[in-house]
Amino acid sequence: MPRVRRTGGLAWAVRNAGSRSVHELSLAGGILQVVEDAAAREAFARVLQLRLEVGRLAGVEVPALRFALDAIAPGTLLEGAQVLIDEPPGRAWCPGCGAAVEIVQRGDTCPACGGYGLTPQGGDALRVLEMQVA
Amino acid sequence: MCVVCGCNNPEEPAAGGAQVDARTGDLHFGAGAARVSVPGLSEARTLRIEQDVLGANNQVAQHNRAHFHAHGVRALNLVSSPGSGKTTLLCATIRALQQQHPELPLAVIEGDQQTSHDADRIRATGAPAIQVNTGKGCHLDAPMVAQAFARLALHDHAHEHGHHHHDHDHDHDHGHDHGHHHHPQSLLFIENVGNLVCPALWDLGEDAKVVILSVTEGEDKPLKYPDMFAAAQLMLLTKTDLLPHLSFDVQRCMDYARRVNPGIRILQLSATTGEGMDAWLDWLLHPDAIEPTSVQTRIAQLEAELARLKAGQG
Repeated sequence: MPRVRRTGGLAWAVRNAGSRSVHELSLAGGILQVVEDAAAREAFARVLQLRLEVGRLAGVEVPALRFALDAIAPGTLLEGAQVLIDEPPGRAWCPGCGAAVEIVQRGDTCPACGGYGLTPQGGDALRVLEMQVA
Repeated sequence: MCVVCGCNNPEEPAAGGAQVDARTGDLHFGAGAARVSVPGLSEARTLRIEQDVLGANNQVAQHNRAHFHAHGVRALNLVSSPGSGKTTLLCATIRALQQQHPELPLAVIEGDQQTSHDADRIRATGAPAIQVNTGKGCHLDAPMVAQAFARLALHDHAHEHGHHHHDHDHDHDHGHDHGHHHHPQSLLFIENVGNLVCPALWDLGEDAKVVILSVTEGEDKPLKYPDMFAAAQLMLLTKTDLLPHLSFDVQRCMDYARRVNPGIRILQLSATTGEGMDAWLDWLLHPDAIEPTSVQTRIAQLEAELARLKAGQG
């Protein structure tokens, strides 16, 4: 068994997150879980590059997620991995225009007609897209 | 093993990652060991994964949902800011249900970072409650709820009495919807950690999220925390007895909520005076009843469209 490091890993990061709102930390833990599950299937020892998709409507702060990934990476498969994050825009259906439009966050007015009542249709995913591994 | 649905024996539920209070069954998370890497070597290559980060949680949530349905349980995920009065409302709701429907089994899963104060308040009403302390965690997740539910008497009760609609001739696989929504056989309240951000992302397997907003808070909270109000089926506007002392604009707040979620149902109530409680109990017990506000919502949408057309002419 490898020795557990004094710093790094999800539990360490959670313990040291202070009073910050930590759902990005939980999500980073989820990302690490996806990576570890893949490692169990595909037998690799470390991740060189990790590509994520974080939609603008996913409810995730990208800087906070990067901070969280940095915090949990030491001692894990993610140590030293380059993290690329795609941020597809939010898409929503505008009943007024009868068309799909782009929005920055939920509750936005339609950029075309100024109307409310938009239904988000895309840009709300949080996914691990691909990994370069060794 | 439960013979009806194949779930874990509630007397010996697994408590993965949690410390268990021997007396109350409360669960304490956040004390787990750090993850470490797995040694090994292989060639550099690219793996296409396309996996939902919340997929593992959502899988457990779906299992919870099927489990609740198999037991005739209607589960509500109550979310709000800290200090909005969730627990007070819950206690008042439980007392009212105990009076009006004494035969209806109730149970509560209480989520907080620390202490069992809230579960103690619920237990004082006579309703069973399990406290789940998340440690530093800012939300409940589906595995926590699965473990807590397995410890609740609601689970035993359903096993003893609630299976008239089950087919006992073959193994139950949790995959069916028995249509019990029309008449829930029991209610499970899941009081999430007080937080209007994080709990929006985690499906617990509930039938509905209920977002509670007290009139002592800002009326623009639906715009400030749109993800949560978009995820909720019902908004409860609470502490309405205090409205005469405040400058809270109820109509504006409701407009904001419908802006982020055109289909959201809104009820106003005061747990202190009891005003509006009947409509809330009615929604709990008859979730399929036709929503009286749907016409108002449609009118609001048409008015918005009209305003848009007028603006286009000007």
